[in-house]
Amino acid sequence: METPSLIGTTNRKGQVITDPRVMMSEAPRTPSFFTGSEVIKEAVRRANVDVMVAYPITPQSEAAALCGELFAEGYIGDYFRGESEFAVMSQCAGAAFGGARVFTTTAGPGTLRAMENFPMWAGSRLPIQCIVTCRGINSPLSIQPDTIEIAYLMQTGMLVWHAETAQDFYDWILKGYMVSEEPDVHLPLALCCDGFFVTHTKDTVDLTPVDMCLPPYDPYRSPVPCMDMECPPVRMMRDPFVMKSNYISYATHASWQQEVWAAAERSRKHTIAWLDGLIETENVDADILIVSSGTAVSQGREAIRLLADEGIRVGLVKIKTLRPWPEEELREATKHASHIIVPEFNVIGWLARELKATLPYTERIIAGPRVCGGMTMPPEIIVEEIKKAIGMRSGVLAGRGS
Amino acid sequence: MSKERITISPDLYDIMPPDYQDLVNHATYGKEDRGWKDIGTSKELLEQHSLCAGCPESMAFRYILAALPNPEDTVMVGSTGCTSLVFPHVAIHNIHSLFGNQNAVASGLKRALTVRFPNRIKDVVVLAGDGATVDIGLDMTLQAWFRQEKFTTICFDNELYANTGGQESGLMQKGFVAKMAPVGKLFDKVRLPEIARESGCHYIVNCTVSKPSLVERVVRNAVLIAREIGPTYLQLYTPCILEIGKDSQEGLQEMRDAEKPNERFAFKEYISEPAKALLADIAAKAKDKKAAAKQLVS
Repeated sequence: METPSLIGTTNRKGQVITDPRVMMSEAPRTPSFFTGSEVIKEAVRRANVDVMVAYPITPQSEAAALCGELFAEGYIGDYFRGESEFAVMSQCAGAAFGGARVFTTTAGPGTLRAMENFPMWAGSRLPIQCIVTCRGINSPLSIQPDTIEIAYLMQTGMLVWHAETAQDFYDWILKGYMVSEEPDVHLPLALCCDGFFVTHTKDTVDLTPVDMCLPPYDPYRSPVPCMDMECPPVRMMRDPFVMKSNYISYATHASWQQEVWAAAERSRKHTIAWLDGLIETENVDADILIVSSGTAVSQGREAIRLLADEGIRVGLVKIKTLRPWPEEELREATKHASHIIVPEFNVIGWLARELKATLPYTERIIAGPRVCGGMTMPPEIIVEEIKKAIGMRSGVLAGRGS
Repeated sequence: MSKERITISPDLYDIMPPDYQDLVNHATYGKEDRGWKDIGTSKELLEQHSLCAGCPESMAFRYILAALPNPEDTVMVGSTGCTSLVFPHVAIHNIHSLFGNQNAVASGLKRALTVRFPNRIKDVVVLAGDGATVDIGLDMTLQAWFRQEKFTTICFDNELYANTGGQESGLMQKGFVAKMAPVGKLFDKVRLPEIARESGCHYIVNCTVSKPSLVERVVRNAVLIAREIGPTYLQLYTPCILEIGKDSQEGLQEMRDAEKPNERFAFKEYISEPAKALLADIAAKAKDKKAAAKQLVS
């Protein structure tokens, strides 16, 4: 039986359902000057989303509210405010179990409150997209940018991508659905950015045409049955594994966990095609490399410019996807480097830890500079770290007491 | 989903498990007058259960599944506990995700099904224990009612945490000595049926599962009212015979004792005005249909 193509037909709002490769790569782009929050709205406008659940928490509240306007305009099938992030992520799960394309946003303490849901999403193979606009989670209360929550998300089985700019964000929201809804992937995506730096600053972003949208989600391509009573089988199993304490039960759970992580691995080929690689590199033949993700990459670019003025050549590796982790790509890109500088916006340095766990010659890896709690990262402190690493004197930027 | 959808391809028929073949051939899908009397005469939606021998919860499961007005288009949402040991056996789609989030999951599910099937009936029924409904999940239970989400919440009230071994719960009676209540529970049984009324539920029943015909009636009412009007709540006493020191054959008597006048599970029913009108309308239509059928025969 032939299934008719939806390409060229229109969705509930009259947007033309477009081949996503044409829409993302070939369709004309319009430069627009928007905040990151507005960019999230514009991407969701074109994503053919069925259900969005919102909850206020800084710095994602504006984006979540703007998506509500999309619902009012008829671009989203249903939209409501949940009662907490734990509930919201469960509501998202229910909607995804029911075969909807689901979108939500959270940040910082909200991510942590919702955390029990994320491994459940992955284990249930729900391709929900959750925007994470990272902020501090510590006490005393902080609402400032800080990426520590990504360290937790990386262990959930979700795909985890880290956007540097609003343009990344725009493209990756749309491309993210295309990757996470692939039948051999079918996993949730945590699409992270650094709160405020991306959400609350304006940038010029090239938007795809407003009358084009992604093809709708087809829940019957899922590797597990959609819970809508339209999809056999209706009797799931004869022996629930939860109540057994025997080898076959352990083996079932173990193999399912392995399958979830294998699905994340299988996302590589799709992600490489959509994002043009899991990492982006510049001058990796240089002796010194900055390796980072998120807005720390932008600060790295500035540091590289400052050092170039002094005749010091530094290369750059931007990591786009943290899960799947681009181990092979990083090994290749760093093979000439004798100094690997890892600037991060969090206190523990989770990216440096991850790099040390996977790259050879870990003495090359400098876990810093690191800022946290909302501190900015002036390019000068990256410059200072690099100069220190290669044994150059540098001016003291701030007194450390003596 | 029509029964045709689950029909097994002739080429694959013989390799499907016998209970699945039986389900397709003999389940009471698509039967308008299905009910508890079908139990034992046609294929039930619960093949077997993994509860203790004589557990009243197993009876409750059979009565509820037999009473669902539209099982071929019903999705159930469960939670962690004894019920989650049964759900994998149930022959309608059911979701278990976490402990206590069942009404949040059902909210998202119901909305997704409404977006995807705007012209179809898709019932959603939550079935969870009292720990999930009243303790860890109370926030999400109430918020779903505040939002007037159109699904039924059924609480299997066994007045304790059964699956973890008999710990104190909010629906436990005051003074009961249990694990984590070493000197007896210090506060009253939470009055969730009253709270449900204040929270906007349109149909609320508090009873035991001693009488299958009663369970059938209240389940049908709860599902039909939730479908058309708004949230409904059933609190059903399913005593944990193991944890209250009873034998397998004593569950029914325990329920009969608990439903006597002035006991805590004496039958109580609340119906909102719009729900009353709906039930009257359904009854009138059924009467007309019966009269028309009678006329056709005579």
